[in-house]
Amino acid sequence: MKNRILIGLLLGLVLGALDGSSAWFYPEARPVLASIMVGSTIKGMLVGLFTGWFARKVQSTGWGIAVGSGIGLLFAFLVAATDTLNGRHPYLEIMFPGFLVGAIIGFLTQRTGTGPAKAEPS
Amino acid sequence: MELSDSVLDHLRHVSELPDLTGTRYELESEIGRGGMGVVYAARDRQLNRLVALKVLDAALAGEPQLIARLEHPAVVPVYENGTLADGRAFYAMKLVKGVPLDGYFAAPRPLPERLRVVRRVGEALAFAHARGVIHRDLKPANVMVGEFGEVYVMDWGVEAVAGTPAFRAPDRELDARSDIYACGALLRFVLSTATPPALGAIAAKAMSADAAVRYHDVSALLADLDRFQAGMAVEAWAEPWWHRLRRFAERNIVLLVLLAAYAAAKFLLFFLRKL
Repeated sequence: MKNRILIGLLLGLVLGALDGSSAWFYPEARPVLASIMVGSTIKGMLVGLFTGWFARKVQSTGWGIAVGSGIGLLFAFLVAATDTLNGRHPYLEIMFPGFLVGAIIGFLTQRTGTGPAKAEPS
Repeated sequence: MELSDSVLDHLRHVSELPDLTGTRYELESEIGRGGMGVVYAARDRQLNRLVALKVLDAALAGEPQLIARLEHPAVVPVYENGTLADGRAFYAMKLVKGVPLDGYFAAPRPLPERLRVVRRVGEALAFAHARGVIHRDLKPANVMVGEFGEVYVMDWGVEAVAGTPAFRAPDRELDARSDIYACGALLRFVLSTATPPALGAIAAKAMSADAAVRYHDVSALLADLDRFQAGMAVEAWAEPWWHRLRRFAERNIVLLVLLAAYAAAKFLLFFLRKL
């Protein structure tokens, strides 16, 4: 199982779920923890999908981290903009970790898996 | 009339010069001499190039056939062999412009370069062993590094007359494992005093007095060098846990920094929330 898009999806699923589960430490978020985890998992998988696709096109750890963190930040912003916590949008609580989770996914998709097979010379 | 020592030496030297009558070569100069014969620089008149001409003692007349079986980038190619007019055997080979290994590493060289040269020697040994050829006298003087960094292993199959104790295995009979011993000694030779313990262990395993403990072939030794250069654990060394942890951290420093940053961010946000 070496396909980078697949690896990105799996990494995003696992890391997104773990990131979402950290909401347990916020008592006010516990009643909606399940929906937070689902949302975070889907966000992680989308980040993994895009970074995995990018990793197939560009072999660069630096760019992988940059693209992953950028996409992670973007999706985290979209989630934070549509969510409220104590009457305010939790931009910092969601975007800061989301940025770092995206960076981690971007790094790992660059380091693991293989790109598409090269065509055999005729 | 008495002849002076210098005249006698000159006469002796001239009498030893090879008679190249009937060959395509012109003698240029003497390059070196050892127990097995004398090596001269000569010009190939037909191809107008310099070659190395080795004039052999009769007992070693089979050496060119041995080397000719080894077509490898690290083995000096043999162009021709034959018998001189004076009855001595000779063979012509590529003239290597370079320095012996000890001279090459007299200058400071980074560790990757040191390992690259040892690797090239090991590859030549592995190639030769696969064809049933043993070197028997691997030592720094028999490894040349050319002007462009190419590595040549010289003097194949000639068991040392005097030998170099530091590179000679204590085995009763010399075989491929004796070459592995010598390769380990070569590795130890090129390493500086500040040697990573893993590399020291690789050299020590190759140089074990018990041949059965050494690497079973040169490829296994090279594989351990590969693992070292890839930052992985080597077979020759049972590294302590803290060294394994440090190696893991060095190989995964970026990931650990990102994870630490994530954990720090989570802690910071949690405590900011408290405030």
